[in-house]
Amino acid sequence: MQDATGLLKETIMILRHTPQQLADRSALTVNPAKTCQPVGAMYAALGIHGCLPHSHGSQGCCAYHRSALTRHYKDPVMATTSSFTEGASVFGGQANLIEAINNIFAIYDPEVIAVHTTCLSEVIGDDLPQIINKAQAEGKIPKGKRVIHTNTPSFKGSHVTGFASMTQSMVQYLAENTGTKLNQVNVIPGFVEPSDMTEIKRIVREMGLKSVVFPDTSGVVNGPLTGKFHMYPRGGTTVGEIRSTGDSRLTVALGKLASAAAAKLLDRKCKVPFEVLDLPIGLRGTDAFIDTLRKTGGVSVPESLMTQRGQVVDVITDMHQYFYGKKAALVGDPDHLTSLVQFLTDMDMEILYVVTGTPAGRKFEEGIRQYTGEKTVVEYGPGADMFRFHQLIKNERPDLIFGNSYVKYIARDEDIPLVRVGFPIYDRVGHQYFPVTGYRGALRLIEKILNVLLDRQDRDAPEESFELVM
Amino acid sequence: MAVAKDGRVDLIDPLEIKEEMLRSYPVKVARRRARQIVVNKVEDSEQVPEILANTRTIPGILTMRGCAYAGCKGVVLGPTRDILQITHGPIGCGFYSWLTRRNQTRPRTPEGHNFMPYALSTDMQEEEIIFGGEKKLKKAVEEAIALFHPKALGIFSTCPVGLIGDDVHAVAREMEEKHPGVNIFAFSCEGYKGVSQSAGHHIANNKIFTDVLGQLEESKEGKFRFNILGEYNIGGDAFEIERITDKCGLTVHATFSGNSEYEDFASSHTADLNVVMCHRSINYMADMMEKKYGIPWLKINFIGANATAKSLRKIAAYFDDSELIDRVERVIAEEMVEVEKVRETIRSRCEGKLAMLFVGGSRAHHYQELFAEIGMRTVSAGYEFAHRDDYEGRKVLPNIQMDADTRNIEELTVGPDPTRYLPRKDEEGMKKLGREGVNLGEYRGMMPEMADSSLVIDDLNHHETEVLLKRYKPDVFCAGIKEKYVVQKAGVPLKQLHSYDYSGPYAGFKGAINFYREIDRMVNSKVFRLAKAPWQESPELAGGYGWNE
Repeated sequence: MQDATGLLKETIMILRHTPQQLADRSALTVNPAKTCQPVGAMYAALGIHGCLPHSHGSQGCCAYHRSALTRHYKDPVMATTSSFTEGASVFGGQANLIEAINNIFAIYDPEVIAVHTTCLSEVIGDDLPQIINKAQAEGKIPKGKRVIHTNTPSFKGSHVTGFASMTQSMVQYLAENTGTKLNQVNVIPGFVEPSDMTEIKRIVREMGLKSVVFPDTSGVVNGPLTGKFHMYPRGGTTVGEIRSTGDSRLTVALGKLASAAAAKLLDRKCKVPFEVLDLPIGLRGTDAFIDTLRKTGGVSVPESLMTQRGQVVDVITDMHQYFYGKKAALVGDPDHLTSLVQFLTDMDMEILYVVTGTPAGRKFEEGIRQYTGEKTVVEYGPGADMFRFHQLIKNERPDLIFGNSYVKYIARDEDIPLVRVGFPIYDRVGHQYFPVTGYRGALRLIEKILNVLLDRQDRDAPEESFELVM
Repeated sequence: MAVAKDGRVDLIDPLEIKEEMLRSYPVKVARRRARQIVVNKVEDSEQVPEILANTRTIPGILTMRGCAYAGCKGVVLGPTRDILQITHGPIGCGFYSWLTRRNQTRPRTPEGHNFMPYALSTDMQEEEIIFGGEKKLKKAVEEAIALFHPKALGIFSTCPVGLIGDDVHAVAREMEEKHPGVNIFAFSCEGYKGVSQSAGHHIANNKIFTDVLGQLEESKEGKFRFNILGEYNIGGDAFEIERITDKCGLTVHATFSGNSEYEDFASSHTADLNVVMCHRSINYMADMMEKKYGIPWLKINFIGANATAKSLRKIAAYFDDSELIDRVERVIAEEMVEVEKVRETIRSRCEGKLAMLFVGGSRAHHYQELFAEIGMRTVSAGYEFAHRDDYEGRKVLPNIQMDADTRNIEELTVGPDPTRYLPRKDEEGMKKLGREGVNLGEYRGMMPEMADSSLVIDDLNHHETEVLLKRYKPDVFCAGIKEKYVVQKAGVPLKQLHSYDYSGPYAGFKGAINFYREIDRMVNSKVFRLAKAPWQESPELAGGYGWNE
């Protein structure tokens, strides 16, 4: 590498202790490609309007989750904790939770408290429904206010399944079938950005359909600066809207891991039929979403969406030479990975590695392989981590990497372009405001991919083939 | 120094603000918080009002606080590059403490050990919760040693570990027997221990003291060797401090624990002085090293140019060497030229502005120096996880009552080492220092140095923050990432004093300059004034050619 003075300086590898030689590990995770369930539950709960997420455990969990989400969104993330001490850990967390509920309603006055458990309260075995009932019986929950809960032990699943659990609990506690059908479709957007939730709502609206999108963090974690802080920003799905999901005609669950559970429960509880689709990322991912809305809603696809779709195809054909045969490596969350892999292979890119720490299961692997074939290395669950991902990259080098901010260490050491996508992104902005879903999101992804690939080509081109027009 | 009166502060009765804070609380909460919100009043001999601190966080209150694991692994051990750290527990804790604290480190060679970009975890699954995690932990230690070849390895317990009864210390002993070349030790720093990060600091201090300190006898070159305790090299602070001490001819033997190595810790008992930056997180170590090895300690502060100069003078006075004293004066004179140049320009733009600091166990105190240097007033301050002695001074130590949460944290009984105890100063030397105003083993606390009527608030929470913002309209608020955007949405810039907002250093002379410039940028930025659109400022209409009927 050359520095500004043109002198050769020694390249210092930050991850210098990562050997190329792959070795199996059965107990040690190094540089995880997932985090724990509660943070996903907290994020989902922020998607209810007027909701204060509550972490039932030691206060460190809540501090860590709030910090992680705040760094990712650069916006306030409000949540409370039961602040367990050693005493609570021995005698159970009931007293702490009841005291917390009382204090929260008195001081912060939310519409809903959405409690999620942590490894600590799970190991203790706190019975949340019983504690909430007791709080209710003792008059700690004001009339018209709700306390919902979900179980998110950190020793199972990942942040993605935590999101799924809290979303499922919204259905369990709030959805009602009144017997009168409403002409609306439920959309569960999955663990995506507020910008994606806005885009998903826009697409449904463009299709001429009424929808309830839940959870919906748009307007909650990407709010404006107005000079006034709002504890409960404008965004979020209201309790009334979630209640009405039980009367909807259909639920479209986007993302198997993050959304299917809630859709299934809504079917069981309120007899709302559902379709589970992959996230509407990329051309065909978005096509599937729109086509489902079209068929089930009995509507036709408007010209506006067709134009946007056409633009996506147009740009891919315009720039196809730069995509064709490029090798990609991806690390992230399973629902994103599935749709991204479909999109990239549609643009004739080759997929070398797909890694997620989430225990996504055989079906996830099969889903990836239907696009990539057998050669792609697909790893998931405990043990599938970024250390392993890095080692794979050292063995066969991709042309670009997709992943969160932690991947930048690998990208720098190996000098490979990185497209930031997923959670968390601590070092760039954009994801809060610009979607990767829908046709607009596909265009944004294309732009991001081309930017890193063409910047690289420009950087490395010899004098005679440094191109003006590309 | 006289500062112009400011209606935001000087006409407000702080007691009234305290009342407003307490008004929305349930009775039990109000009763407790009333003892944690104190209007400052400094009496003779630095007597200040008593404050309730290091007490349980109230469940359901939006607190800034974290946990013992964060204090142990995140704060104290995290900055050490060559102690391989394994988090024993489910994945979250290891993930969140991965590279998020900005402890900079500079390995001596490009191949030198630097494990800081690696997050190691046993990623405990349900099976281990039910059947115990020791087996997996042992295997993980084996795998970690095979991959990283560390000299030392620390195991950090998360909440479930204590509950399911994994004996991490037995695992450490067993693994060390199998790998005699690796010093392996474990921390029972489960998140529920104590009431905040503070418990984790103590747990970390204890284990480093018993298992690492004194393991190596190799001393370093240098006539004036000392350790810096409680300096974590956020944003490169330790680099700047070391630049200055090098220039003065002082030798930093070990920094606990910024930019540090295992061997520095292990031989740190050979140094002749400990200076303490963050009193809260590491005073235990200073105290224990004095008792066991006879090394005195000195509370210093490298935050603020004047404070840095004062601290250097104290260190020079301690070593009592005229050549050193002269050299330190020359360095201060040289460094202050640029400091004063920048300070005067910036002071003219910042004079009289109001600052609030709610952070840490020492930073809320230290940074008041920097604000004062550019003429800014600290009208309210408090700590996230400190104890009474950090507020009121160590003189209150004998009066601090131990509660159940504190009693659960082990207090080591330490006596003189039979062969290595060596008092560095005789009685006469101590007296001489005292006469020069250098008091060893003393910390006066934050409150005696704050103005009367300042609001001192322990474990500030969200509701109280809103009241502070509304009533005082400060020009800058200092806290952490969780508070940052809350405060900024209200139109007040927030300076993060945990991560420094990804800039720094702020310690030493160059750091002071960086901080002056940073605060100037923040309090004089146009952008907050742009929060209102022109039509919000002047909503009147002039014509009617629009779509009005």
